[in-house]
Amino acid sequence: MAAIGLPQLEEAQDLTALVDDLRVLFEDPDFKLASEIKRTTGKPIVGNFPVYSPVELFHAAGAHPVGLVGAGNQIEIAHADSRFQSFVCSVIKSTLELGLTDRLRDFDGMVFHSICDPARNLASVFKRNFPDQWVEYIHFPQNLVSESSVDYLESEYRRILDRLSELTGKQVTNDDVNQSITLYNRARSLMRDLYAFRRDNPHVLTTKDLYTVVRAGHILTVEEHIRLLEHVQRLVQTKQGHERDHIRVILVGSFCEQPSLDLINAMEEAGLDILDDDFMLGRRWFTEDVRADGDGVRSLAEAYRDRSVISSVKHDSRRHKGEELVAQVRSAKADAVIVSVPKFCEPGLFDYAIYRRALLEANIPHLFVEYEEKMWLFDKVQTEVETFVESLLLD
Amino acid sequence: MAENAEKRNYRGRLHDLQKDLMNDYFDQMTRSANGEGDPSVYLLISGNPVELLRAFDLLPIYPEINALQTAVKKKALPFIQKAEEIGYSTDNCAYVKADIGLYFSGNQAPMAKVPPPSLLLTNYVGCNVYLHWWEHLSELTGAPIFDIDIPFLRTPDGEPRPEDIQYVMRQLGDLIPILERISGKRYDPDRLREVVELSRETGEYWAQIKLLTQLRPSPFDAYFDAVTMMGPLYALRGTKEGRDYFRDAYLELQQKVAQHEGPLPEEKYRLVIEGPPPWPYLRTFREMFERWGAVFVASSYSTVGGLWEFGFRHDPANPLESVAMHMLKWNLTNRNFLQRYAQLKSYVDEWGADGLVIHSVKSCRLFSAGQGDMREYFARQLGVPTLLVESDLEDQRYFSPAQMRTRIDAFMESLEHHKLVSHG
Ligand code: SF4
Ligand code: SF4
Repeated sequence: MAAIGLPQLEEAQDLTALVDDLRVLFEDPDFKLASEIKRTTGKPIVGNFPVYSPVELFHAAGAHPVGLVGAGNQIEIAHADSRFQSFVCSVIKSTLELGLTDRLRDFDGMVFHSICDPARNLASVFKRNFPDQWVEYIHFPQNLVSESSVDYLESEYRRILDRLSELTGKQVTNDDVNQSITLYNRARSLMRDLYAFRRDNPHVLTTKDLYTVVRAGHILTVEEHIRLLEHVQRLVQTKQGHERDHIRVILVGSFCEQPSLDLINAMEEAGLDILDDDFMLGRRWFTEDVRADGDGVRSLAEAYRDRSVISSVKHDSRRHKGEELVAQVRSAKADAVIVSVPKFCEPGLFDYAIYRRALLEANIPHLFVEYEEKMWLFDKVQTEVETFVESLLLD
Repeated sequence: MAENAEKRNYRGRLHDLQKDLMNDYFDQMTRSANGEGDPSVYLLISGNPVELLRAFDLLPIYPEINALQTAVKKKALPFIQKAEEIGYSTDNCAYVKADIGLYFSGNQAPMAKVPPPSLLLTNYVGCNVYLHWWEHLSELTGAPIFDIDIPFLRTPDGEPRPEDIQYVMRQLGDLIPILERISGKRYDPDRLREVVELSRETGEYWAQIKLLTQLRPSPFDAYFDAVTMMGPLYALRGTKEGRDYFRDAYLELQQKVAQHEGPLPEEKYRLVIEGPPPWPYLRTFREMFERWGAVFVASSYSTVGGLWEFGFRHDPANPLESVAMHMLKWNLTNRNFLQRYAQLKSYVDEWGADGLVIHSVKSCRLFSAGQGDMREYFARQLGVPTLLVESDLEDQRYFSPAQMRTRIDAFMESLEHHKLVSHG
């Protein structure tokens, strides 16, 4: 078996082959790469549940943050479904299943966030079932118009930093935090560039490939992820692609539980050029760089309030999700919107009603699809997308 | 028939009084909707700052109460379906759907006409759906929104942090000028103190009432009768009428205690229940337990609005702080899931219960997500006989009486067996 880790980039000149190699890294329910990183660097691994996690803090404290977004279609759920009912989304259950089947044994801790009610209860269920694990929960502010929310979030981050120091034994300085911000800024800006490139060249950089490269950041160290992103940026400049008879769409609703890579691929193949999406949204949370020359913790808190994406799990009464989606469609010159929401995901499902009203009013066609991470047969979604594409192409 | 009449009687005056009070409240709502009464502010049930609204003579409107009252009358389904037609999912909380459907039906609820909001005040106390719900209402009605963000209890000691308290206090500070504007009245700290004192007294009676069910027999059912009292507890907290209601209810229940009277001719089983009730089938659900002589002596649902029986009181000496602490610490929904396990465990132990019933409702993931783990904890780890049944709190399509009855009968039979064995 090949060594686990990022492939030799100098040799990886073919994006498709590279993506196939990367896919193995994140589709591994045993997290061998994370264990390997822990073994070679001595850093504790802290898993972070979606959507956004302040990974800079984990990095600065000397831990290795690993994005833990369920188990896709890699494992069967045999134990967790007796803990969480049938009407709870899959990522909750598969994440717990990973724990109950001892696949997280090399993880030193887990952090959950105030994104929805099931995720919040999952944090407690983790605590009870894995009493030796370091389990944390971050409450993000939901009143973003008040100046007090930044002070609050700063204090919440300092609390988390203190808890992390207990785990890693490292006292964190402001320089440490700023250095971590600088690194993650770099990764985020490279991802923003790739997103911009894909928007103009969806036939060159497919969503399947872009997704994989972004997703790899969940498990690689940030330094390695930056190397990967830079390499991919070079590769796509020279890559050829053929224009396709596709419709141009914006995809929303997939900010937390992720569809399998094959489903993303199937949707593209069914005739979509995806110009923008919200896959892996937490990794791309900020729309601009976070300040890296001030009080780092404060800068992260400020950026959360003022320079972050709009999202179903962040309530910002200054903004209107429907209007922003319509504006996004117009500026990308997209033909339509795909609202693809994980089954049972209340935040996503609620927002669908808002999107629907806005899109109908703006006369923008849309297709609503529901998926589950563990979905193997996606004929249904594929057919729905194909029919939708045909109806638009015939118009 | 005779039996029915008798049942209604021994359940007592507190039910009739409640009806009158709530009817008055709904009349106020209709008046406000017709532009004659006080301006209305929409608010949520769980640990809320209604005292502030009352201090400005603003009428609190609770879409949750409207939704549940509609469901009790089995009139919610058309509203739910209306919402589903316009993009709301079968998997969204049905309270929200019933409310959105009501909005699109001209706001005429079965018991009142619902006024449009002057302000949408989100007390984000645990339930994430609250944030979505109010966001939707704001879009539809155009009313301004103010989110009071309440940090969840998440630290190992389960206490709010000083920074959390400061954050909430500052938000309440931001809210006051908004309430001044809407009500056209100046903030008067003395008036707030009066209201908070009324809430303190109400809380005192309510706590005493809740502790009565530790006695044998329990003088009332801490689920089915408690929900009756929850109406005035929320809709009228901070008013004289509300306080008087609880005083009268307490006196009446004390009399029952003196006469060793309970809600049933004989109390055979004492149970604890977790989760909201199936409103459209409340009566049916109750009878499924009554026929076994089972009484609920404690329920987590009756503490969503506040945990008075565990010691909370509003404090007229520190009115705003106590309102903040009520939202942060002293209600079920802002506490974490393991704190809920501890609360239920204390009910089982200190209220002397024979078993736990978990009513898992699809709509409310705040309550239900993870209740399988809760069952595991109680049944396996603590050895408490535990039953988990599923339906919904609003949507009658999810309640199947035959199946429910079979599950409950099987549980009660095993409990009977358990009792026989353990008592020799
Ligand atoms: S997919 Fe939706 S419901 Fe599930 S954890 Fe994520 S945000 Fe919560
Ligand atoms: S999810 Fe539960 S607490 Fe939240 S609005 Fe619905 S019923 Fe109420």
